[in-house]
Amino acid sequence: MRSDYLPASRAGTPARLKLRDRLAIWRTALLAMLLGLVVTWAGAAEPIRIGAFLAVTGPASFLGDPELKTLQMGIAEINAQGGVIGRPLELIHYDTGGNAREAVNFVKRLIRKDNVDLIIGGTTSGDSLAVIPEVEKAGMPFISLAAAVEIIEPVKPWVFKVAPTDRMAAARILADLRQRNLTRLALISGDGGFDKSGREQLLALAPQYGITLVADEFYGNKDTDMSAQLAKIRATDAQAILNFGFGQAPAIVTRNIKQLGITLPLYHSHGVASRTFIELAGDAAEGARLPAAALVVAEQLPDGDPQKPVLLAYQQRYQAAHGPVSTFGGHGYDSLRMAVAAITRAGSTDKAKVREQIEKTQGLIGTAGIFNLSPADHLGLGTEAFRLVEIRGGNWHIVN
Amino acid sequence: MPEQLLQFLVTGVTVGAVYALVGLGFALIYNASDVVNFAQGEFVMLGALLAIALLGTGLSLPLAALAAILITVLVGLLLERVAIEPALGAPVVSTIIITIGAAMVLRGAALLLWGKDFHTLPSFSGDAPLNLGGATLLPQSLWVLGVTALLVLLVRAFFNRTLLGKALLACSCNRAAAQLVGINVRVMLRLAYGLSAGLGAVAGILIAPITFSSYDAGVMLGLKGFSAAIVGGIGHPLGAVVGGLLLGVLEALGAGLISSGYKDAIAFLFVLMVLFFEPTGLFGAASAERV
Repeated sequence: MRSDYLPASRAGTPARLKLRDRLAIWRTALLAMLLGLVVTWAGAAEPIRIGAFLAVTGPASFLGDPELKTLQMGIAEINAQGGVIGRPLELIHYDTGGNAREAVNFVKRLIRKDNVDLIIGGTTSGDSLAVIPEVEKAGMPFISLAAAVEIIEPVKPWVFKVAPTDRMAAARILADLRQRNLTRLALISGDGGFDKSGREQLLALAPQYGITLVADEFYGNKDTDMSAQLAKIRATDAQAILNFGFGQAPAIVTRNIKQLGITLPLYHSHGVASRTFIELAGDAAEGARLPAAALVVAEQLPDGDPQKPVLLAYQQRYQAAHGPVSTFGGHGYDSLRMAVAAITRAGSTDKAKVREQIEKTQGLIGTAGIFNLSPADHLGLGTEAFRLVEIRGGNWHIVN
Repeated sequence: MPEQLLQFLVTGVTVGAVYALVGLGFALIYNASDVVNFAQGEFVMLGALLAIALLGTGLSLPLAALAAILITVLVGLLLERVAIEPALGAPVVSTIIITIGAAMVLRGAALLLWGKDFHTLPSFSGDAPLNLGGATLLPQSLWVLGVTALLVLLVRAFFNRTLLGKALLACSCNRAAAQLVGINVRVMLRLAYGLSAGLGAVAGILIAPITFSSYDAGVMLGLKGFSAAIVGGIGHPLGAVVGGLLLGVLEALGAGLISSGYKDAIAFLFVLMVLFFEPTGLFGAASAERV
């Protein structure tokens, strides 16, 4: 185009040449102005890039899906209020499908190509554990959403997490058993990772609470009947039954227990703290106890509870946009608030400063509990994270 | 101990009846086309979820169940028409792969329609357990056992006594010869898919109150039903039932007497042993003669 211009202007009359030159000058000036505008705008409000890798599809999608929706919702809200330290937030998300190898690839990409300032993610414990070497090597602040205690034990400088551990859930159940003087416990658990990890924590902790296990039965998570295992438990001298599992299997266990006429106190894990469980298990679930995140019983918390306003606010906003809340979405909410608070205090996205500020998080009231982190504790939740609830009249009731 | 043993047996028979019902659907389509229909488990899931959804719209349970069975039959017919029939001349293996694809499509559609949650159906006649000499079982289990027995007899009579059933079998023995004697192979295929979809739906509706249902419930049920069908000798309706019951009882005994962790391993080891010593299945001799 430009090569056509030159001979034409040379060949043209002086008057036309002038006009053309003027036009060209105007055009260049306009372009320069526009360019300048873009550059200054970008300089003033370079977005803070939050990297995320979540299992939005695949077997763990019921965890990853609400997590992503919550992050998107939270970031949109923060941007509508003017962003953080004067800069908007930008979410860069990859779906791992619950595949740990994919998770590692995506985290490498987030660090090297997308130049993110902080990473939130790792829906499953497997995904989270797999990426730890990468974030540690790169010096990238990482907040995990998964449950396993191994993520933060031993403490790694750049790795934090917001979800309570299964050890805390096991401890909550054991403490209640001891209080009720039920010392002989029959355990039945599934064959999933959640079940196995929970079972191990329980076996390790039980002696500390003076509780002996008189049965240790298993089932497949897709099984349709567990009455054989429960008939075996019926023949022992157990004083209580604990079912550590999630999905539909605990509901079948609950129904089978009733079918077999077993009247022992029944405990479940936090894995069944959802409306679906009550609907599936029906009347058989009456009287069952379980540790549940405060989000599940938000409405029933006493008015003085510091978590109550935070929980209700999140619940309302999420429900308005996407339907019923889950504790997993709550982890997304907590991680984002923890990150935003740390960036605000650090006053920049300097990774070392942000890391230091996350570690100094104190009294952050989240959906999972009140976070008080320290260099020795990168989760910072107390046992209050789990409330012991009993199912009565088809609803949760907080047990004191 | 004898009391406990009786409980294991009762449990096993109930679970086995479920496997048998699913296995029966496999037998039907296999008899018509030599194809193992891997979407059979999905018919079970569809029947259950449709019945639950229809019940939710205010229909009574019998009406919802009937409508769910009819819709599933339609889905089966549609599947045959759009996916199986265009590949009529293709080798059996290709058709089997098509059914695997169809299973994925059905599962995906169910996921979009009903989400990832589990759903349940109320029991047909209450939840009060029945006592049977120390062992207990749910009234719903009696429904499963009763209807399974009835369906087995009907399917058996259909193949042995009716012209239509014999025509269906003829298609499997030799498609070309069947066509030569005036059997419309396409119609027979549609019949087989429609019937087995209906059988699957019945199974799904019967077991939904006990085992619940979700978009992916068909995978495991399909696998167990398929195992039941091979143990009994694939294509043999009575064989599928015996295979299913054996599998169920073995699982229950394995879980109760040996170790619940190895329950599935014990059942699948049994399947392997059967195939090793009786490659055509327990009742498979007849089908070997036929071919």
